[in-house]
Amino acid sequence: MTGDLWRRAAPPLVTFVLGVALAELLIRALDVSPLILPRPSAVWSAATSEAGPLLAALAATARSVLAGLLLSSSVGVAAAVALAASPWMKRAFYPYAIFFQIVPIVAIAPLLVIWFGYGPRAVVAAAAVVSVFPVIANTLAGLLSVDPNLADLFRLHGASRTATLWKLRLPWALPYLLTGLRIAAGLAVIGAIVGEFVGGGGLGVVVLGAMRQQRTDLVFAAIGYASLLGLALFAAVGLASRLALRHWHASEGGER
Amino acid sequence: MQLSGNEAIALEGVHRTFRSEAGGEVPALAGIDLAVARGDFVALLGPSGSGKSTLLRLVAGLDQPQRGVVRRDGSRLAMVFQDAHLLPWRDVLANVSLPLELLGRDAATRRPLAEAAVARVGLADAARRYPAELSGGMRMRASLARALVTEPRLLLLDEPFAALDELTRMSLDDELRRLWREAGLTVLFVTHSIAEAAYLAERVVVLSRRPARIVLDHRVALPAERSAALRAEPAFAREVGVLQDALRAGAAA
Repeated sequence: MTGDLWRRAAPPLVTFVLGVALAELLIRALDVSPLILPRPSAVWSAATSEAGPLLAALAATARSVLAGLLLSSSVGVAAAVALAASPWMKRAFYPYAIFFQIVPIVAIAPLLVIWFGYGPRAVVAAAAVVSVFPVIANTLAGLLSVDPNLADLFRLHGASRTATLWKLRLPWALPYLLTGLRIAAGLAVIGAIVGEFVGGGGLGVVVLGAMRQQRTDLVFAAIGYASLLGLALFAAVGLASRLALRHWHASEGGER
Repeated sequence: MQLSGNEAIALEGVHRTFRSEAGGEVPALAGIDLAVARGDFVALLGPSGSGKSTLLRLVAGLDQPQRGVVRRDGSRLAMVFQDAHLLPWRDVLANVSLPLELLGRDAATRRPLAEAAVARVGLADAARRYPAELSGGMRMRASLARALVTEPRLLLLDEPFAALDELTRMSLDDELRRLWREAGLTVLFVTHSIAEAAYLAERVVVLSRRPARIVLDHRVALPAERSAALRAEPAFAREVGVLQDALRAGAAA
């Protein structure tokens, strides 16, 4: 198990270390201004010396991202269930769900601040708005792909709509929902940081402040922390789907 | 209209037409009359794409005819589909108890009934395994157990063993005959395999290609006790020959 993990983790780690070393050498050799591109070692020292405020900002952003994801996944699943209720519902409302897919979050973030005020509420809303569409789209696809024979089986035994929803349709849609959540997790981090640019708080504000002080190293350090957050969320959703779907098919157990 | 004394199913002048993607009408069944006696084992034999499955769905009440009447005595029915169609997130035992759950039986009564059904199809050792961990034959056994758990009086099967390899299929044929004889149910079995129809059924109804009509209604002259050896006997070959001729005539019509 650990050997397997090592075999999978080693190649990207090696390329990371080599890439960082190469960047360090090139930036030194070409004498690039630290305002444009700071050396990796400078980014590292900013990341460690400012670790206190960066971690606090990370925690604030993480809270907003998690709250936003919670919101978008529950609203998204509920919306998908409603849209799947009848072909008419889907035809009437689904085109408007696509609005969430195409909305430029940078443009509506100020609007969210007008509605929810400065602070985490607007940031949570921004994270939720950008991450809700993949949840709706994937869950809906899952709900609509239920095996018709199984639907017949439920009908044959006089299952109620509620029983069919809980015992057949929702579990059937679970792998689809988890795929949607994996996409939503990455988008929620983007939404939260853009939300923070306007609404304040978290890593978004650290990036803005560092930019004003021309601390490019600190900007990079904040980006690094944000990437860690995205990575951790992505891994958490991956782990959750592995656990939830471990019995479903052989493919979830092994490498995909 | 009532069913006569010993009938489990009666179809009179049943028509069913589907609308094609292009907007045309595709007649699936054109005036089917069929009565099935209680306790009989009837195979519906027809080429792929004839209205066999449509007929089965009408009998199950999952679909309605445009014309004609489908009557069924009120007793409980169960259905086995092409492929096992188990819920992948439930183990065998939980899959088998699903119909009881949907019928609203409480957990305490479900458990022993499901365990008994699982044992009846020889899956007791695999009761706690998940569908992904089972072979095709075992999955189909689980599907059979799920159908039998409600103690149905009428069992409808839609080409259930078509996707299995020959040996597994033959052993499940024997299993099904045994279960039919033990439980005394009425079985309606849809297949496109001539040999399977002859081996399994007491009566074979041969359908033509679309729109399906009944080409032959034939009582199989084979002993009740059937085993693999029967497949090599002249009597079996004669039955296969009769069905083959009818199927060919129906395909040409």
